[in-house]
Amino acid sequence: MSYTRPLDFKNGRIEMSYGSGGRAMAQLITELFAKVFDNSYLAQGNDGALLPCVNGRLVMSTDSHVVSPLFFAGGDIGCLSVHGTINDVAMMGAQPLYLSAAFILEEGFPLADLHRIVVSMAQAAREAGVPIVTGDTKVVEQGKGDGVFITTTGVGVVRDGITLSGNLAQPGDKVLLSGAIGDHGMAVLSQREGLSFDAPIVSDTAALHGLVATMLDSGVCLRVLRDPTRGGLATTLNEIAKQSGVGMLLQEAAIPVHQTVEAACEFLGLDPLYVANEGKLVAICAAEDAARLLKVMRAHPQAVDAAIIGEVLEDAHGFVQMVTRMGGRRIVDWLAGEQLPRIC
Amino acid sequence: MKYVDEFRDGELAKVIAANIAREADPKRVYRLMEFCGGHTHAISRYGLADLLPASVRLIHGPGCPVCVLPIGRVDQAIRLATEQGVILCTYADTMRVPASDNFTLMRARAGGADVRMIYSTQDALKIARDNPQRQVVFFAIGFETTTPPTAVAVKQAAAENLRNFSILCNHVLTPAAMHAILAVEGGVSLDGFIGPAHVSTVIGSRPYEVFADNYAKPVVIAGFEPLDVMQAILMLIRQINEGRAAVENEFTRAVTREGNRKAQVWVDEVFELREVFEWRGLGSVLHSALKLREKFSAFDAELKFSAEYIAVSDHKACECAAILRGRKHPQECKIFGTVCTPENPVGSCMVSSEGACAAHYSYGRFRGATL
Ligand code: SF4
Repeated sequence: MSYTRPLDFKNGRIEMSYGSGGRAMAQLITELFAKVFDNSYLAQGNDGALLPCVNGRLVMSTDSHVVSPLFFAGGDIGCLSVHGTINDVAMMGAQPLYLSAAFILEEGFPLADLHRIVVSMAQAAREAGVPIVTGDTKVVEQGKGDGVFITTTGVGVVRDGITLSGNLAQPGDKVLLSGAIGDHGMAVLSQREGLSFDAPIVSDTAALHGLVATMLDSGVCLRVLRDPTRGGLATTLNEIAKQSGVGMLLQEAAIPVHQTVEAACEFLGLDPLYVANEGKLVAICAAEDAARLLKVMRAHPQAVDAAIIGEVLEDAHGFVQMVTRMGGRRIVDWLAGEQLPRIC
Repeated sequence: MKYVDEFRDGELAKVIAANIAREADPKRVYRLMEFCGGHTHAISRYGLADLLPASVRLIHGPGCPVCVLPIGRVDQAIRLATEQGVILCTYADTMRVPASDNFTLMRARAGGADVRMIYSTQDALKIARDNPQRQVVFFAIGFETTTPPTAVAVKQAAAENLRNFSILCNHVLTPAAMHAILAVEGGVSLDGFIGPAHVSTVIGSRPYEVFADNYAKPVVIAGFEPLDVMQAILMLIRQINEGRAAVENEFTRAVTREGNRKAQVWVDEVFELREVFEWRGLGSVLHSALKLREKFSAFDAELKFSAEYIAVSDHKACECAAILRGRKHPQECKIFGTVCTPENPVGSCMVSSEGACAAHYSYGRFRGATL
């Protein structure tokens, strides 16, 4: 069976027929997705992937990705959608095994851009060792989507003896952060707003399951792992405090922030504590293990700037407090509405 | 960024704090108002209250542009977008200011109104140029800092004969608001002002001299960095201890006595005083806001669309008026933190993080929290 003409990845655009289930869709799958993702599960060519037996409890997580601009310094929506879901699975203490990917494409979207995104996803999946085993594509009319939306779902397995959960933080525990905050959000925002800095801000998007495995292997008593994505570090810590029914006290001086990120935040009137990260994690562990965990993390290339940023307190209000760099105290609250730049 | 770090040095803050503690008289109370939301933000963001002795009390003033915007003004903007079908351009933080019936520009947009968030007046002009078949209205708000860019935009629009562009003018004046705070019967419980930073770069320090001369209130103009605020507090305490009332300038790196003459000329060319303007929290204040001069009336959205201002009164329980005058604390309002929260602000002080109630709720409510 041969098609009349191969897809034009240079000048072609998405048409409604690519999502209609007909020949055009089959062509898109064969010439793009199956070819680029290239693994034996996809090659089965069925509606679902038949996967081998696994040993242990399963973790499953799903995440939809919408980002504007689609391409930014340090990544794009493709690798982001792979990293994001791998990280959600990893934060449960699981070894990520498989991914699925669903695309919602807008009519008129350039095939060249789609190709670039799919290649980026494939590369991210390959580097992470987590294949994309099944997927789906739909096309919406022009004006009804924002170029491309990608939903990925991940499955992973947790070995015996490991239980991580947001409700396990205990008073006295230490709070660790794997590196500088705000890089991803500010990379995207500064690109969107056309801000330029001497040194461009690069997204930190990365798959963290390797780091997590190292941390788990060290044998420390880990209670909570979270990746502070949307809503930033502040939101993640408030979520944990609420789930665990505890408070926290952070030390602002201990929280790493790159200077360019701080400057960009300053300019837009944003607080880096609320800016998204895509390659950082927060770990909560027993106080006596904190120093050892910090050492293990810093020895890993993805967490050389790791720091102990605070501790868990007993507090029925669930306040996350912070000693500021100036020595005063304040609350690091939930975000009210969305974070909007101030005007003056 | 070197500049930022220099003014956020925790060690230096401790030195200034020690001086304040040594010089402040523990037997009296120093009630100092920071007029600007920018100062309120720095104070809460860095927890500066913890660095001050009990005798120094900071009172958050009305200098937050979105907080002082009355409900009726936001209603007016929303009506332009929903009923007249204009493209309404607005600064981001105006999006969430509550209007009547818990409506906001954000919700109007969700309901289909064409509301666009912009970062500068130039963005609004561009939208007008790009959409010649649509009417474009810029929701102009703010103190003297944001007025010059609006003046420039109006002048540009006039020069280009950009007929589909107009502004809904809500620019207000800092000194007039300070007068309104001081000139109340029974007096106010204020001993001095931390004077505006950015506003003063435009208007200079001269307009504050009347407060020192006529009301005997010291004014120290300060930058928005935490160390600026600490230094200004120390300077105010020194004036008060010496029984002096003068205008002093801590922010000499940006503010002069005369201010920015060029900006003042632009503003004067385009705007004139409004007879009266209603402020959220302060009520109607004479000569406290600006409107477009006759010459530019073609760019006045209120005239162009016959957009009437309909006053809407604030919530009965709201204590903003007393809080803004230093008579009450946010916690003394009966609905603070219960009915009125940053998610659902009832009064003006809860609207932006620069408002007194929101600052206390978002950054300081662990103080005085009971189990
Ligand atoms: S808590 Fe709300 S209602 Fe009460 S004074 Fe403050 S803004 Fe007004």
